[in-house]
Amino acid sequence: MNFDDTPQEAAFRAEAKAWIAANAPKQYEEELRKSSLGRTQLKGANILEVAKVWQKKKADSGWACLHWPKEYGGRGASPIERVIWQQEEGPFGKLSGMFIIGHGMCGPTMMAFAGEDQKRKYLPPLASGEKIWCQLFSEPAGGSDVAGLRTRAEKKGDDWIINGQKIWTSGAHYSDYGILLTRTDPNVAKHKGLTMFFLDMKSPGVEVKPIKQANGASDFNEVYFTDVRIPDSQRLGAVNDGWNVSLTTLMNERMSIGAGVSTGFPELFEFCNGLMLDDGPAIEDRNVRSKLANWAVKASGLKYTSMRAISALSKGERPGPENSIGKLVAGSMIQDVAAYALDLQGAAGVLSGPEDAEATGKFQAMLLRAPGTRVEGGTDEIMRNIIAERVLGLPGDIRVDKDVPFNKIPTKGRG
Amino acid sequence: MNFDFSDEQKQMRDEARKFLAEKCPPKAVRTVLDGNASYDKDLWQGLAEMGFLGVAIPEEFGGAGAGHLELCVIAEEMGRALAPVPFSSTVYLAAEAILIAGSAAQKKKWLPAIASGSAIGTLALFEGKGNPSPEAIKLAAAGGTLNGVKKPVPDGAIADFAIVAARTGSTGRDSDISLFLVDMKAGGVEAKALTSLDPSRGQAELTFKNCKAEPLGAAGEGWSVLSQVLDRAAVLMAFEQVGGADRALEMGRDYALDRIAFGRPIGSFQAVKHMLADMYVSATLARSNCYYGAWALSTNASELPEAAAAARISATQAFQHCAKNNIQVHGGMGFTWEFDCHMYYRRANATALGLGSLSYWEDALIDRMRKRNAA
Ligand SMILES: Cc1cc2nc3c(=O)[nH]c(=O)nc-3n(C[C@H](O)[C@H](O)[C@H](O)COP(=O)(O)OP(=O)(O)OC[C@H]3O[C@@H](n4cnc5c(N)ncnc54)[C@H](O)[C@@H]3O)c2cc1C
Ligand SMILES: Cc1cc2nc3c(=O)[nH]c(=O)nc-3n(C[C@H](O)[C@H](O)[C@H](O)COP(=O)(O)OP(=O)(O)OC[C@H]3O[C@@H](n4cnc5c(N)ncnc54)[C@H](O)[C@@H]3O)c2cc1C
Repeated sequence: MNFDDTPQEAAFRAEAKAWIAANAPKQYEEELRKSSLGRTQLKGANILEVAKVWQKKKADSGWACLHWPKEYGGRGASPIERVIWQQEEGPFGKLSGMFIIGHGMCGPTMMAFAGEDQKRKYLPPLASGEKIWCQLFSEPAGGSDVAGLRTRAEKKGDDWIINGQKIWTSGAHYSDYGILLTRTDPNVAKHKGLTMFFLDMKSPGVEVKPIKQANGASDFNEVYFTDVRIPDSQRLGAVNDGWNVSLTTLMNERMSIGAGVSTGFPELFEFCNGLMLDDGPAIEDRNVRSKLANWAVKASGLKYTSMRAISALSKGERPGPENSIGKLVAGSMIQDVAAYALDLQGAAGVLSGPEDAEATGKFQAMLLRAPGTRVEGGTDEIMRNIIAERVLGLPGDIRVDKDVPFNKIPTKGRG
Repeated sequence: MNFDFSDEQKQMRDEARKFLAEKCPPKAVRTVLDGNASYDKDLWQGLAEMGFLGVAIPEEFGGAGAGHLELCVIAEEMGRALAPVPFSSTVYLAAEAILIAGSAAQKKKWLPAIASGSAIGTLALFEGKGNPSPEAIKLAAAGGTLNGVKKPVPDGAIADFAIVAARTGSTGRDSDISLFLVDMKAGGVEAKALTSLDPSRGQAELTFKNCKAEPLGAAGEGWSVLSQVLDRAAVLMAFEQVGGADRALEMGRDYALDRIAFGRPIGSFQAVKHMLADMYVSATLARSNCYYGAWALSTNASELPEAAAAARISATQAFQHCAKNNIQVHGGMGFTWEFDCHMYYRRANATALGLGSLSYWEDALIDRMRKRNAA
């Protein structure tokens, strides 16, 4: 049980530190440090451009997608080295937000299922941020129930013709490529008729319509497909085996979303340390202290749980379903933390203009983004099911649609 | 970085688990719970023979000299099994106090006796309601004799010796407090067993009347030693709590798989699954905080006070959470004396109080975090 770097790890840390000191866009450091969930913007700069420049610089010097093999644009680094890099990259890591889906989910899926030539062609520009990828899974009829999706793919000669609609596709409006899950056989049970592809988002027939979110931002989209043509060579996995391919994606999703999720605790603690209440400093208040202590041990529990996971990974164990815990705990925690920070300010907690306390706006941004965190990448309920079934071994939910052909499943709840 | 126990330590855990499964089945806990014994003497001797009582005591004092990570591993298993023996009072409190502050003679006399199972020790700190604080200590020490009353004292009625916190000054500062070592057989102290929330572990009232006592550590340093002892014990007790939480979770899971209602195993109802998933979450977060505490304890790191408070809080919450929902999963059966659920529920709520309540440790954690932030 120790936190010490081995000599190799210490050397790696020193190298990373030096490189970051010499190359990071320091003019944005303070702003990035202060930004919190739902609020990463840079004044007077296009964050997408800044992020792409930083990612390219990292890739050129071998600091991008550290755990990927070198030939695909990575560094072949160990899990621990990856953590060391994240520690050293600090606030600049927030610039990787728009690459998470590509690096965390699409890349690993390509690595597992694409042909060797394709991997060498598509992965390095994904690693370097020159090309951005999105994940086209969810549909109005298939969110938690991903396998309930309706977007059709029909074989025409050597190509597939896609028709249908995706929704909540993060980053589709600036993405170059996407991985796409489709239905190829509606006459069999729903999990058995799916096929996975990857495609160029600029293909004719693809239309991306940004959706305005509950928090006012527009990070996700509707994506419409009208007779979009995809060559069979861009199929990932076998025809009608798309469900298994998507499980690879979803497993990686859990790892990469679950790893560095914000809890809002550091922000709350700092805030309470400076806040005066009517009857004295907030930090001296019995109730405030009790709330803080409860959240503090959740935040540290998550931190050390991920360290245990990394230790296991570095011994060659595979990332397991227990990683669902991160997003599950952090999602509702940040929601509660933000509401509490506002509550402490009484009536003034409602104000969000720049002339009012900077903190208010920050916690309001968290509050308004948190509902999305509890839904994206699997809802709280789905995470609990995963823990109950895959960690604790409890029976799966009863699935009334399991053995029914997809086109016989009811499509409406009432009437 | 390696944030896990070593293979040898895990092997020791397996050994302890096997030993306790055999020597400490729920039936053995019930013998004490039902009032038929004050503690399980055979188990106590068995633990001594296995080397578990002296696992963190240096070899020169008759222990195994393995260290505190190993003690954490054993503590977890003691909690899992609800071992009805004076392990925490003797090993986490008394032995730690002697290791920190004892003279060479005191170490030589008491540590080998602890390791061999021939001496049970305790810490007499509380005097009625309240949490650990120098102000709450009224029991007076003058001229090497003690006068006053301590309660609750864990295992006080079966202890061979007690470390007693006493007032030796009136300046209003922490330095008014000193520690003493009392041989319970030497006279001057009367022990009365008290009834408590968890009868599988004893509680007592100790009345000192002109009781002869030898100082433990320097005069005026009692409070500083006590806070170290409490922090160290908090980590070890947290491992016991995590062991108990894990076992309660397992019991609930097993019952949910076996029990049929409405034609299905109750574990297939999502309300039950999610309840168990939440139990897993709290036990896992607590375990991770405990690992950090174990690291801080074993290296005597400056982070220990903060790590100990965090481990204590999350392990207390996890054990209470898992124990109460284990009963809920068991339905009406869980509310019977016959089923073991209530033994975990009792232990969870009793261990939540023993080293100071949850709110005491919440306060301590925030103070310590502020100190670190200010530094
Ligand atoms: C910010 C954000 C970004 C996203 N980005 C992407 C993206 O990039 N690509 C992509 O493909 N998708 C994306 N999504 C979609 C996301 O994966 C889905 O929203 C999510 O899986 C939930 O599906 P749903 O919205 O259809 O909700 P539903 O599945 O309709 O769920 C509604 C409610 O029912 C509950 N529920 C459903 N099934 C069960 C069950 N079996 N047991 C218990 N409760 C259940 C849910 O927990 C929820 O509370 C994003 C979503 C958000 C909010
Ligand atoms: C103090 C006390 C007094 C009682 N007095 C009487 C009395 O006078 N007369 C009498 O006839 N009975 C009495 N009972 C029995 C009581 O009605 C049952 O205990 C109760 O109905 C629960 O049934 P069970 O114990 O079989 O639990 P189970 O049905 O086995 O339930 C075990 C767990 O599974 C959960 N569960 C079960 N089914 C579902 C489901 N469909 N969905 C989600 N979760 C589910 C339960 O909520 C529980 O957490 C008493 C019980 C108690 C504790």
